[in-house]
Amino acid sequence: MLRKKEHKELTHKSYELRKEILKMIYEAKSGHPGGSFSIIDVLTILYNKVLKHDPKVPSWKLRDRVILSAGHICPALYATLADQGYFPKSKLKTLRKLGSGLQGHPELHHLPGVENTGGPLGQGIPFAVGKALALKTRNIPSKIYCVTSDGEHQEGSSWEAIGLAAHHKLSNLCVIVDRNNIQIGGKVEEQMALRKLKSKYHAFGWNVVDINGHNLNLIYDAFRYFKIHKRKKPFCIVAHTILGKGVSFMQDDSKWHGSAPNKEQLDKALAELDKKQKKHVLFFDLKKRGIFK
Amino acid sequence: MSAPKKLYTLDASNVKATRQGFGKGLLDASEGSKDVFVLTADLEGSTNVTAFKEKYPKRFINVGVAEQVMAGTAAGLASEGFSVVMTSFAVFNPGRNWDFVRAQIALNNLSVVVVGSHAGLATGEDGATHQALEDVALMRSLPTMTVLSPCDFHEAASLTKQAIALKKPVYLRLARQKTPFIFSAHEKFTIGKAKTLVKGSDATLLTTGITCDQALLASELLFKYAKLSVSVVHHGSLKPFDTQSVAGIKHKHIFTFEDHNIVGGLGSCAAETMAECGHRAKLVRIGTTSFGQSGDYASLYKKYGLDAKSVALRICKEMRPTAYASFARKIKTLKL
Repeated sequence: MLRKKEHKELTHKSYELRKEILKMIYEAKSGHPGGSFSIIDVLTILYNKVLKHDPKVPSWKLRDRVILSAGHICPALYATLADQGYFPKSKLKTLRKLGSGLQGHPELHHLPGVENTGGPLGQGIPFAVGKALALKTRNIPSKIYCVTSDGEHQEGSSWEAIGLAAHHKLSNLCVIVDRNNIQIGGKVEEQMALRKLKSKYHAFGWNVVDINGHNLNLIYDAFRYFKIHKRKKPFCIVAHTILGKGVSFMQDDSKWHGSAPNKEQLDKALAELDKKQKKHVLFFDLKKRGIFK
Repeated sequence: MSAPKKLYTLDASNVKATRQGFGKGLLDASEGSKDVFVLTADLEGSTNVTAFKEKYPKRFINVGVAEQVMAGTAAGLASEGFSVVMTSFAVFNPGRNWDFVRAQIALNNLSVVVVGSHAGLATGEDGATHQALEDVALMRSLPTMTVLSPCDFHEAASLTKQAIALKKPVYLRLARQKTPFIFSAHEKFTIGKAKTLVKGSDATLLTTGITCDQALLASELLFKYAKLSVSVVHHGSLKPFDTQSVAGIKHKHIFTFEDHNIVGGLGSCAAETMAECGHRAKLVRIGTTSFGQSGDYASLYKKYGLDAKSVALRICKEMRPTAYASFARKIKTLKL
């Protein structure tokens, strides 16, 4: 569990990051807000409470590595990296613009903090497996965190990698699945059902936990469990999330998988996020003061 | 017309496959290195990496029948400083995992040697699904990719070592069949430079990979029975391609010859070069224009026009059409 003060600060931060994500996608006039919003709570905990890293030394040999396999949700990663200090926040408005390091789908060597080229789905887990093998071979104790979407588990290559990781007992590898049940065509379970992802991972030889992907305490506990577990198995966190979480007119709507808001929609969304952010922070303060038990 | 000058000759007493040369080159390159890591997609024996596995078991993985994860894993390993070599048949590697090769290896410019073995019709009995005739076309089109196509055991060994040392994306095209040695163990090879094997006065035959021995035999037949003096130039490097070598050809006829489709391979390399430098020679591309089928190597080459006699007949028909019938009669029953 997080301490109450931390929980309040990180909740506040997750709303700030949502605002940054939406502003940068609006500026770019294209991008993927829905999945960015569903994963941002996971990234907030990962980068602020879990990851061993130094934004001033992005190539530090002993750092933990984060692979964004679902490359389209890079606005969430970029907002997080800027917040951490990997590059100035002023760069966020250059998303998808010619010459920008903030490519529409992230590419290796383009931006400090970006560890892989993501975009073609189903490629991130294989890449993460390669990194995990490399660290294991070199006896480097760092961890690999691979953020995936549920939809990309329709790609067979994901399962090739899931099998290979278990076969080689890559206990330094943690895959997070953004299980928002949305893909371009609609609900994942209606397009090409993945059914029980947790059971599948388990059958492939992984340790798996299911959590509410927007509960900061549960996210934190899941990562802590990964770090302390002793079994020689890779670890999967199936984070049940809501696409577009935080903005009522975006939630659970596949249209927001890959559409940019117009000015009116942006203003409406920012106002809603502001309101919710203040309400949550107020809630924490009131709880602390004993008003709510 | 002057008699062709043979700078290199076939050593028919020494016959080994280019994939065997790769296996030797891999071991040589790994001596004293802690960085070479080898992956295979369940084709350890066929791609000659068993000796590496036995010597360096901690840096060898058989990923199983899974070429896509092999390419992704190779990229991940290379991103952490390893020099990775990944092997399978060319139809699967790069055929099956081309998106991974493109996005994870080439786009990221990582130190991975993609080894496509059993390329071409020469693969033989396994049939069309296993005969890669498009792989060079796929790989040449990737901006950061070097494409190598050795003709014999020693060139394969040397190019393997150079490919690993480059620490960049490389495609190494190998064959299943044993073919005669052309070069000695001391021969030096430079990526991007062709080798003139025979100097003739009437035409030039460009070749690549294991069709080299058939090219040399064709050149002999043409001089002996049709009085045509044909140079033979071998291109072990298709990218970078030795454009100067082609631009500098003085003859009015240039032929290309490869165990690959005439689209996208050596024939296209020559056509592109000739068009861009305004070369006035006529180009004839000899290679495949269809899918293959099952059969033994020699029969397949004969059927698809890739054996020495077929190539010689093609050249004679183009250059001395009136002498064609007589030439065909003379060589028909010859045993090569």
